Amino acid sequence: MTIRKVGVVGAGVMGAGLAQDLAQTGHEVVLVDLSEGVLERARGEMTNNIRLRMMFGKGAKGEPPAQVLGRVRFTTDYGLLGDSDFVVENVTEKWDIKREVYGRLEEVCATACVFAANTSAIPITRIASATRRPAQVVGMHFMNPVPLKQTVEVIRGFHTSDETLETARGLLAGMNKTCVVVNDSPGFVSNRVLMLTINEAIFLLQEGVATAEDIDGIFKSCFGHKMGPLETADLIGLDTILFSVEVLYESFNDGKYRPCPLLKKMVDAGLHGRKSGRGFYTY
Amino acid sequence: MSGTPHSTLGADEIRARVTTFLLRHIRRPELRDDENIFALGFVNSLFAMQLVMFVEQEFGVAVENDDLEIDNFSTVAAIAALVERKTAAR
Repeated sequence: MTIRKVGVVGAGVMGAGLAQDLAQTGHEVVLVDLSEGVLERARGEMTNNIRLRMMFGKGAKGEPPAQVLGRVRFTTDYGLLGDSDFVVENVTEKWDIKREVYGRLEEVCATACVFAANTSAIPITRIASATRRPAQVVGMHFMNPVPLKQTVEVIRGFHTSDETLETARGLLAGMNKTCVVVNDSPGFVSNRVLMLTINEAIFLLQEGVATAEDIDGIFKSCFGHKMGPLETADLIGLDTILFSVEVLYESFNDGKYRPCPLLKKMVDAGLHGRKSGRGFYTY
Repeated sequence: MSGTPHSTLGADEIRARVTTFLLRHIRRPELRDDENIFALGFVNSLFAMQLVMFVEQEFGVAVENDDLEIDNFSTVAAIAALVERKTAAR
């Protein structure tokens, strides 16, 4: 199946990055969000990121922002997803919100359309249960920033068909990406480990064991990681981190996934990381 | 820290403002005009867009697609030269 038109639902950090990457790889994109303000911010972010890419392009500048964004339809109308071949959902990591979104998608999308959940922890099998096409639902955990990350964690839900997995692989190939396929479990492989690592790093900070710079420094200097856990948290967004840790806690009912009180406090205080100008660091 | 154009800014003043901005973001006491902030690892590529937006807002110039070369933003001297070119052309 050739994928021509891709719907992207949710225009936050991930949705905007994904829409940009899809448009840059020649896809026609419908980017849907309930908020005009969020769509406007997404357009601004995408413009800046395309400019950034031009800046580091060394001669091969690629297409300027206006040309790339010409392939993206920004809209608050779910109805425009009607002729999409593939839809990637990137809404807030909250089950009630996701369930409502999948209900709407089921109403407006063609029967052949594949739904991919770009979720960070909610099980794919559970998401599929909110649709009438569980065989056509797959998890696609894109990494941030999407245009720069070549590999995607793809999650096979209980009912996900081989055909759906092939379609997902095809879409990724069209974006010059590859994938690692894993079975469904809360947090999958990546976030079960990463979210717990970040949460534990926040406990270290809360207990005064080390400063944020020193915690990150150990991961970078000793382990050779590109970024430490707290910088990573700032990039992902502390609100999303908290939602994901809460999903793990609820899914496993295991105290080892309890969210750090400092994380909760920072989210309440509006310190959501890079996107809000301040998290563990100031931007 | 105003966003209004400063058509009369001298080269020294432009360099001083750029240096002040950069020193807020790198953990170093000082920065020479010819030090490459990207090559020396003082900032990462994500910072580049903050830098472009700073230049546009602080000096009231529009950074065009053709100006988006990392060489234009790697040192205080290069950034100041770009700002001077853009303000002269205005």
